[in-house]
Amino acid sequence: MIFSLVITGAPYSTQCADTALRFARSVLQQGHTLHRVFFYADGVHSGSALASPPQDEFNIPQAWAELASEYQLDLVVCIAAAVRRGVLDSNEARRYEKDGHNLAGDFTLSGLGQLVEAGIVSDRVVTFGA
Amino acid sequence: MSEQKKSFLIINRCAPYGSSNARDALDVALTVSVFEQPLSLLFLDDGVLQLLPNHNPADIAQKNLSANLAMLEMYDIDQIFVCEKALQQRGLTSESLGLKARTLNATEIADLIKKHDQVLSF
Repeated sequence: MIFSLVITGAPYSTQCADTALRFARSVLQQGHTLHRVFFYADGVHSGSALASPPQDEFNIPQAWAELASEYQLDLVVCIAAAVRRGVLDSNEARRYEKDGHNLAGDFTLSGLGQLVEAGIVSDRVVTFGA
Repeated sequence: MSEQKKSFLIINRCAPYGSSNARDALDVALTVSVFEQPLSLLFLDDGVLQLLPNHNPADIAQKNLSANLAMLEMYDIDQIFVCEKALQQRGLTSESLGLKARTLNATEIADLIKKHDQVLSF
């Protein structure tokens, strides 16, 4: 079965980012396809390379990056939601004339069309909200 | 653009202001419509408050959501459903809404969810 995930809750404030990660791992381990993970609303913070949790806590952006490189996942962060909240890649940093950018390497910024396309292609879209 | 069609149901459960959920849901609805996929909107719980006319959010420095809701018509999004019980609980009727919506009871809501391919909840 082809799955896509939508994550709208902030990492660390809510448990949904952790739950989504565990769900994604299970989906992949059971041999299903994960077409895309779409980060929307406060979920965009899961794509911040600057997240620096204490060492004995889970590093959510890093965990996604590891899963993405193991399974070639498409991690898409909603561009409109992200730039509002200060999650920028180098292009957006240039566009908005900011000194730095912080989107983690395994994530890409794109539009809501990627969410709808995921819905069209996937058998199941599972949302992890707050 | 894909030839394949999937029906989308977007469930709105939050008040129009106080969180970004209402606006986020609406943005997704308009995008689904651009992709020419069958789309329905369902308003549950405090989400029914999104449909009230004459919002005046300027005092809290928010953009008026009604303008975006008016765009639904421009995008030919007319499959709009509202939970009967949520209206009753808030002392509202379908006549008090600024938008034409069909009221559904719990069984009809279950059927509506069942008949859509993808359900997104905000």
